[in-house]
Amino acid sequence: MSAEKKQKIPRQPMPEQDPQVRARNFQEVPYGYSPETAMLEASRCLQCKKPKCVEGCPVNVKIPEFIALIADGDFVGAARKLKETNALPAVCGRVCPQESQCEAKCVVGKKGEPVAIGRLERFAADYERNQGKVSKPSIAPPTGKKVAIVGSGPAGLTCAGDLVKLGHDVTVFEALHKTGGVLVYGIPEFRLPKDIVQAEVDYLQSLGVKVVVDYVVGMLDTVDELLENFDAVFVGTGAGLPMFMNIPGENLNGVYSANEYLTRSNLMKAYLFPEYDTPIVKGKKVAVFGGGNVAMDASRTALRLGAEKSYIVYRRSRAEMPARDEEIHHAEQEGVDFVLLANPMSIVGNDDGWVSGVECIRMELGEPDESGRRRPVPIEGSEFILEVDTVVVAIGNGPNPLIPNTTPGLELTRWGNIVADEESGKTSRKGVFAGGDIVTGAATVIMAMGAGKKAAVAMHEYLTEM
Amino acid sequence: MNRIVAKTGFSQDPAVWMMQVEAPQIAKKAKGGQFVVLRINEQGERIPLTIADTDTDKGLVTLVFQEVGKSTAALGLLEVGDEILDFIGPLGKPTHMENYGTVLCVAGGIGIAPVHNIIRELKKHGNKVITIMGARTKELLFWEDKMRAISDEVYVTTDDGSYGRHGLVTAVEQELLEKDRDQGDINLVIGIGPPIMMKFVAKTSEPFGVKTLVSLNSIMVDATGMCGACRVTVGGVTRFVCVEGPEFDGHQVDFDELMTRQRIYVEQEKAAMELFRQQHGHVCDGSCGGNDGGVS
Repeated sequence: MSAEKKQKIPRQPMPEQDPQVRARNFQEVPYGYSPETAMLEASRCLQCKKPKCVEGCPVNVKIPEFIALIADGDFVGAARKLKETNALPAVCGRVCPQESQCEAKCVVGKKGEPVAIGRLERFAADYERNQGKVSKPSIAPPTGKKVAIVGSGPAGLTCAGDLVKLGHDVTVFEALHKTGGVLVYGIPEFRLPKDIVQAEVDYLQSLGVKVVVDYVVGMLDTVDELLENFDAVFVGTGAGLPMFMNIPGENLNGVYSANEYLTRSNLMKAYLFPEYDTPIVKGKKVAVFGGGNVAMDASRTALRLGAEKSYIVYRRSRAEMPARDEEIHHAEQEGVDFVLLANPMSIVGNDDGWVSGVECIRMELGEPDESGRRRPVPIEGSEFILEVDTVVVAIGNGPNPLIPNTTPGLELTRWGNIVADEESGKTSRKGVFAGGDIVTGAATVIMAMGAGKKAAVAMHEYLTEM
Repeated sequence: MNRIVAKTGFSQDPAVWMMQVEAPQIAKKAKGGQFVVLRINEQGERIPLTIADTDTDKGLVTLVFQEVGKSTAALGLLEVGDEILDFIGPLGKPTHMENYGTVLCVAGGIGIAPVHNIIRELKKHGNKVITIMGARTKELLFWEDKMRAISDEVYVTTDDGSYGRHGLVTAVEQELLEKDRDQGDINLVIGIGPPIMMKFVAKTSEPFGVKTLVSLNSIMVDATGMCGACRVTVGGVTRFVCVEGPEFDGHQVDFDELMTRQRIYVEQEKAAMELFRQQHGHVCDGSCGGNDGGVS
């Protein structure tokens, strides 16, 4: 097919559940490509000699190669190609911000719309799993070296997968009762079905990775105690410390951190209460503070829990929202109300100690700040009350302090993040590596995976030279 | 894993149980004042329970809990030989230990159990320990012998006068602090029990200027600092009970907020309990009402 002909094929949409229907259920929003659609979409790829898309990927997935395999109808081959560099393609195909990474660099996208790399990645990974054709890569002979991975989120799982393939004896320690970190407690079922995460963990276990859940490193064994039994430790404990606004009324009943709200719903399955024992406040009118992906997840979860009104309260305008376009779009489609250029001043309660509203002030955009975004400035006298019975604070997370506080000699930033070399994950402690949100602060799944990958390379080197 | 090796009923109404659970790693690490989180089955919620005792040699963790809702009622149905699906700990900061001189320990209801664990360590540090233990009625008292064995003095109260002194633990606390006013031997009060009791233990000691530690029983989910469900205002600042507590300066704690927050899920808990009773024919008069989601 000529380049011109390829350019005439439009980017293939992915069928989705109807917004009105899906806003009331927890099933996944998009259905995924059919094999025919996937092959058509794959045929749009120009197979660039020097592919820019690969540079845009934090784990350098061999994008043109896996897409060529899809175009040829070799879907299982495509999945295997993906897995050469990406341990979690079914996850990345769903939650990566492709529009700012691989797809942003796609040459096809210069004139028209870029190749739907994320949708193709998802298709190939799903096809392989659904057909039961998951195969194991070759594993290097045992090195006799033992590695402990602290935290089973995207960074830890990626690091574990790469190290086990190199022949090391890998054990992952997870504090919660389920593996996956933010993939299971944070990201909702309708965006990332938990069966998929479990399948990825099962796959790693089939490669020989040992998983220990219910193990709080720092409270049981500390990192130093782990080092008595392991040759190296990777810390990928994530951004597990919720931030609050520090405004009056934040401890009223009905106010949640996004972490709590999403953990109750996702990990504990509170949306299935009373079949599951964990309760959640099913507010009729819910306000979510924040403009990131987590805020979108929370506002959409509120709808699914039965809210009549679900508001996003954000102090800047839509253009400055850090959430992915797709997530904002999905939230809008489902009926989330965006209260933009409004900043919460206080949460108002009733006599019983429950939330009754949020006092906000209107904002306008002033001069750009350090982040390059225009700074929101309050408009005097513009206060108003938004009547709600539930509030979810989704303004970010700090680093979880458990490991930093129990590991003497581990260098930290002033915010409490672990200081680690960007290329190797090396920390100030010998044999201790770190990566993901505990190092960078809250970022993306794929950034954490990239850090886990780089650390695995450095740890392999360290273990080999020992 | 997490096998129940012993179970003793302390009282029937409300049902209070003592259970010993095989958890060698936790038993080895746990210190007084810390707690565990457990989940009974795949559908279960994560509930925090204070560690009442540990046996390092046998690798056992002792819990004492009262059936106050579905999860604790379901836990009460487990028998010796059964396994608890998830058993996580030790969590929270241990009680700070040093030789304070004389410590006045005030224990109410099932709070008697964790206080026992703390007294044992206080004695190791050379403290003189005066214990006040109280309950609503005689049937709900337990471990009086164990408390007498490790405390220097023990006072027992019941709200209804069915045993020991008729009245509240705070009445004895008041008398002892007044008696001690001139000597000033009592340098620390530790109060563990229902929040309303802890509130008044702290109120009672405040005029005497004696430092008072209380162990808070907030609602929790992950209990590793990740969700903030357990937050409570202490000295005007929001603190996370799971990682910064569970013990705080009782004179600084906003108990009213704590008690309000403990009622968040009362309605859901009632519905869950109702359903549970239908399914299990469990004998409970429904007066329990409270919530399960807190350290007890």
